[in-house]
Amino acid sequence: MKTFIEGSRAVADAVTVCRPKVISAYPITPQTHIVEELAKIVANGKVKAEFVNVESEFSAASVVLGSCATGARSYTATTAQGLFLMAEVLFNISGMRLPIVMTCANRAVSAPINIWNDQQDSLSMRDSGWIQLYAEDNQEALDMHLQAYKIGENKGVLLPVMVCMDGFILTHSYEPVELISQEDADRFLPSYQPEDYLNPDNPVTMGAMVGPEAYMETRYLMQEAMENSVKVIEDVANEFNNQFGRYYGGLIDTYKLEDAETVIVSLGSVLGTVKDAVDSLREKGEKVGVLKVRSFRPFPKDAICEALKGAKKVHVLEKAVSIGMGGIVSSEIKAAFCGKTGVPEIVGSIIGLGGRDITVETIIGILNGSGDSSYDQFIDIKKELVEDPEPSDEAVAANA
Amino acid sequence: MKLKPGAIADSHTSHGNLTGSWRTFKPVYKQKDCTGCKLCVINCPEGCVFEVEDRKYTCNLKYCKGCGICAVECHVNDIEMILEDK
Ligand code: SF4
Ligand code: SF4
Repeated sequence: MKTFIEGSRAVADAVTVCRPKVISAYPITPQTHIVEELAKIVANGKVKAEFVNVESEFSAASVVLGSCATGARSYTATTAQGLFLMAEVLFNISGMRLPIVMTCANRAVSAPINIWNDQQDSLSMRDSGWIQLYAEDNQEALDMHLQAYKIGENKGVLLPVMVCMDGFILTHSYEPVELISQEDADRFLPSYQPEDYLNPDNPVTMGAMVGPEAYMETRYLMQEAMENSVKVIEDVANEFNNQFGRYYGGLIDTYKLEDAETVIVSLGSVLGTVKDAVDSLREKGEKVGVLKVRSFRPFPKDAICEALKGAKKVHVLEKAVSIGMGGIVSSEIKAAFCGKTGVPEIVGSIIGLGGRDITVETIIGILNGSGDSSYDQFIDIKKELVEDPEPSDEAVAANA
Repeated sequence: MKLKPGAIADSHTSHGNLTGSWRTFKPVYKQKDCTGCKLCVINCPEGCVFEVEDRKYTCNLKYCKGCGICAVECHVNDIEMILEDK
């Protein structure tokens, strides 16, 4: 039975049935409704968890680091500035190999202050050692939280997982979704049983100093764990499909891709609009398809190259920019093709920063535009805001 | 020995981390004017200074990292830091 519910509340419900023992978060728009709902759920005794109120995101991340280190399944959520305030702890969490799950309600970053959606926050954290999954709609977002714990807690992985969902577009929109019962969740997700954890009866040291003689090996093992997660993400998506009958792809997903000559690659909620654009172009006989990047870390190089090898032109649409380089996702896709033959033309487009609307027309405009692979283009830039005005006739005369 | 995920260490394994290898200067406990105040014991960040007998102190060079704190703290200058040839 479907429930008509706000995205944030659906996520809070999904987190609840994962039976976290500790939740700690600091409210920040557009993540607030998720943790507000969780605080209520905990207060009402629906889940036996500790909800730790803190004074900042740095503390929230530190609390879940500590609780997860004691072997308690732990959860937090944040966005944008909050995520950046957590930055130091994020690297500690992954370095200590603690499989915490965090929701990132994607939002633009300051300055200038802007609370609307883009994906600059999580994409900027790409080197933090967290697995990053991007949800397309609310059903996928809520399902992804169960998958996230199962992926992160896998013995061959042991890495934290960031579930990224577009702020407002998903967090604040109401959609009919299938909520997951406690019984079904328990069947899918076993309890967290770490081999080593902080336990006075069997003391261990976590997060101690490691000198030049072994530090490099700790990073090597994290990279290996990320590579292991490639298969685990696929397996968990399939297990989820077997039990619940819902599948959104593992590392990637495709839509009308088989015979496509032009392919649009993107991540997150914009894919809904992209698919509408593709449907209307297909009706006109154009061979257009979609590749959804569901996992950004690990970056599914092989799956992406395989899926795109038949395409002539690939448009990468992304709501973030690495200033001084260009698109983040487009750069990585170009890098993935390096050294291969039959490489499609890859055009990067920066769209929708700071909550700018992305419409079907925007997307069709990009496909019909003159963009090429030599640079990543900003889409729909307002000329009057970035160019000096034409001098008036009087000013020209006065200067003559 | 393979590292555990997150380089988790069993208890007491930090004893294997011989910080003496970091040392450039080594403290020489002259054992001449010592008053037995134990400032060197209390202030040593490695906890490696110990009493040999009344008013005679020395340190364990396996762990002494040569920071020189003991020599600064000793109020009768009974500890001297000397460049070590290794
Ligand atoms: S030099 Fe530093 S480490 Fe060595 S004994 Fe003195 S205080 Fe301790
Ligand atoms: S600080 Fe100096 S005087 Fe005091 S116990 Fe140590 S060596 Fe002796």
